[in-house]
Order: sequence, then C-alpha cells, then structure tokens
Amino acid sequence: MANTTSDPLPAGPPGGVAAGCLDATRGPLHPLAAATLGAAADLAWADPTRRHGPGRRARGLLDTAREVLAGALGVRPDELSVHASAEDALSVGLEGLRHARRRVGERVVASAVERTAVLVRTGDEAPVPVSRSGVVDVAALVAALARPGTAAVVLQTANGEVGTRQPVAAVAAAAREAGVPLLLDATTSLGRDPLPAGAGDVVVADAASFGGPPLGLLGVRSGARWGLPGPRREAEQGRALAAPWVPLVLAAAEAWRQGEAAADEDATSARALVDRLRAAAGAVPDVQVVGDPQDRLPHVVTFSVLYVDGETVVDELARHDLAVGSGSACTSSTLRPSHVLAALGVLTHGNVRVTLPLASVSPHRADDVDRLCALLPDVVAGLRARLGVADL
Amino acid sequence: MTAPERAPDDGPPAGRPGGEPPVVDARGTRCPVPVVRVARAARDLPAGATVVLLADDEIAAVDVPAWAWLRGHHVDAEPEGTWTRYVLVLGAGTG
Repeated sequence: MANTTSDPLPAGPPGGVAAGCLDATRGPLHPLAAATLGAAADLAWADPTRRHGPGRRARGLLDTAREVLAGALGVRPDELSVHASAEDALSVGLEGLRHARRRVGERVVASAVERTAVLVRTGDEAPVPVSRSGVVDVAALVAALARPGTAAVVLQTANGEVGTRQPVAAVAAAAREAGVPLLLDATTSLGRDPLPAGAGDVVVADAASFGGPPLGLLGVRSGARWGLPGPRREAEQGRALAAPWVPLVLAAAEAWRQGEAAADEDATSARALVDRLRAAAGAVPDVQVVGDPQDRLPHVVTFSVLYVDGETVVDELARHDLAVGSGSACTSSTLRPSHVLAALGVLTHGNVRVTLPLASVSPHRADDVDRLCALLPDVVAGLRARLGVADL
Repeated sequence: MTAPERAPDDGPPAGRPGGEPPVVDARGTRCPVPVVRVARAARDLPAGATVVLLADDEIAAVDVPAWAWLRGHHVDAEPEGTWTRYVLVLGAGTG
C-alpha cells in the first residue's frame, strides 16, 4: 500500500464548531460532553455486560450515567432504558403500551403534530386536530379517549417544529380519568423547558435536546402496564436488543450535568432571542410567523416567507453562514412538506425553522440571531426580486 | 352554497363585473408556483371577485388555503380528475 494514513478530517469552521448554527435539532455537543466522549472512548469502550475488567468499568460508569439521566427524566434508574435514537425510544415505548393493552384494543390516540415515528404507529386512527397555533384540541382528544378499544394516548410536551406547548396537565388528567396510559414525548423539550412533574406513564426524551449526542431515553414508570411481545430482549431492562455504547451515554449524562444548573437562565435568554426573531420576521412583509407567541418552547421559532420556496431561503442564509432548518418540501431528502405545518393550516413553502443551541454550546448564538434579524429583510426582498414575485 | 344575489341560471359568479371568472391553470407546477400564479391573478381584482385555480400539486392543498387565510380570501376546494379546483372569493386584502 502506498499510503496507509487516511486524510485528516477537514478543519472546523472559523469561530468554533457552532458558529452560525441556528439548527440545533441535532446540534454540536456541549464542549464538556465532547471532551467526555473522547475520554470515554479510551475508558469505557467495553460491552458493559462483560465480566472482565474493562466490561466492569464500563458497567460502573454506565450505572452512574443512568442515575443522572433518570433524574433528568424524573424516573428511577431502573425505569430508564437507553436507545439508539429518540425515534427508537418512542417506537419501543409505544409498542410496550400497546402490547400490554392488547386485550382492550389497539387504538392509539395522538395529536396531528406528533412526530412521524409516532404517527406511523397509530394505524387507521385519525389524528386529533390542532389549532392554527398548534395546540391540540383537548375536547376532541378526550372524546377520542372515550371510544372503546383505546390502548394508549401520545402527546408531546411541546412541538419541536413550531415550539407550541401542549396542555399536558389537562390531557394527563383526562387520560387518567379514562384509564388510558399516556406516553409523554419530551424529545424536543428536555433540558430546555421544565418537564411537567410526574406526567406520563411512559416518558421519552432525546439527549440531543440538551447538548448531548442523539440518544433515545425511555422511562417506563414502575406502575405502568407495559411489556413487549416476543422473546425477552437482553439489554436495557429487557427493552433493547443490545447494550448502548457507553461513551455516548456518558457524554449525554455530562451534557445534562453541565446544562442543568444553567437551564433556567439559558431558557430566559433564548426566549428573549426568539422574541427578537419573531418580531424581526413578523416585520418583513408577507412573512408568517408560526406557533404560539407566548406558550412555547424558549428556543424554537418557525416562519414562512410567502411566494418563495424553502430551499432558496435556506441556501441564501447558508451563503451568509447561517444554518437554519426548514419544514418545506424539497429542503431535505423528503418531497413532502412538514406534516406539522400542514396540520396547523399554515404556509409550508418558504419555511425557515430556527432551533437555538444552548449558549454553552454556541457562545455566539445571540450574534447569530442578531445577524439573521438584520439580514432577513434584504434576503427576503432580494429573493422575491430574483424570483419575480416582488410585486405580489 | 348560497348566492342570494344571483339567479340560478346566471352561471358561475363573475370575476369582474360582466365577465367569466379568470381561471389560473397551474397544473404541472409545484409549490410555491400555484400560489404565486393565483396571487398574481388576484392582485388587481376587487374584493368580492372570484378567481379559479386549477392545481395538481398536493402541497397546494395546504398552501392555497393558508395563503387565502392570510389574505382574508374565501376558498372552496373540489377534487376534479387528477387535480383540484380552488374557487377563491377575494376578501378585502390584496394579492
């Protein structure tokens, strides 16, 4: 072989890994979580189920991390399992509820703005509608709960695309009244917005929401009727086919530890930045700012630019070194627009979605928001002129 | 559907006084083109005028009503073959 060394990774962007990141749905790691991941790759690489020294060491570290993450979710360590992704955790969590209730029925009640991983598992059941700001219709949800054959209900704490919070307490009370178990999806809110205490028979979160690696966290409260079909799974309280790679779990726990104390302060400053962005976007002619202006996640905002396609807006902002998400069709591998925007009945084209990273992850996030606010009027006017729609 | 000020044999409601409603054929185009075209057709029409849009892009099923809501237009959508016929009655807003 002429050359056995591989090319090094390209250098990161100037200004740090998080420079210009306004799409933290899967953001950069908290710097100390990244350091933990690197150190843990040397220390905790082993399979935690092995009896040898490295295996025991990994197991010990995993147990500690599990305590931290269980505390984050408000469950006991033996109620928590770790999964490869939030989608996996949602899928397994829901499957366990359904299977345990199979004699009652198979219907799963869910709002129309739940994540796709949930909605593909609700079968023929029509999702419960939401208002134009994205709040689930509680009366319709309660009526759906009362129908016979209801196995479970799924509700998110808040929507990760438009930011709107859901009436968790009201739905949890209604579910308890109806005797239907509730899966609470906190995958976009944990670490950014307080978790409603004690709500949900099953709670799901994603370590990526608080500066950790993408990692599914599934809490099943011990009183819940829950069980999976088929032979018992070997790992993670009988809920996973394989033990997690321990360094990822350690990095997730470190991210939580780092973020926990500063969470309220971070949310307050994120809320102010999103307020600024909502005002700046709303001041541009024919830009629709979406989601509840007040009762929302602190760090998420979505708006749609009338007459412009989402791809063009995202590309134009990328030219200015601002990374934003989008719920428009054609902006990712999907050709369908966001089912969330469609459920709200708001524009799906020209969509820009901002998910702020934590300040500890992106020290310049306020500058990035200011830059977006300042650029937006000219970017929108320029694109509309280029597309020949400035006169509309 | 009621049109109290119009006799049943008057045919479709007029886009401009004394004329047929303009029909915007955006079949074969994709979002946001159907919305752009119907907005262009609506721009110079008075409140109360009717515009018809034909579109087969399924995203239009969300975006046309969303645009109409923003502008205060009333919209009825009817499937028609492989496309949808959107009948818009313009509100006071522009474009």
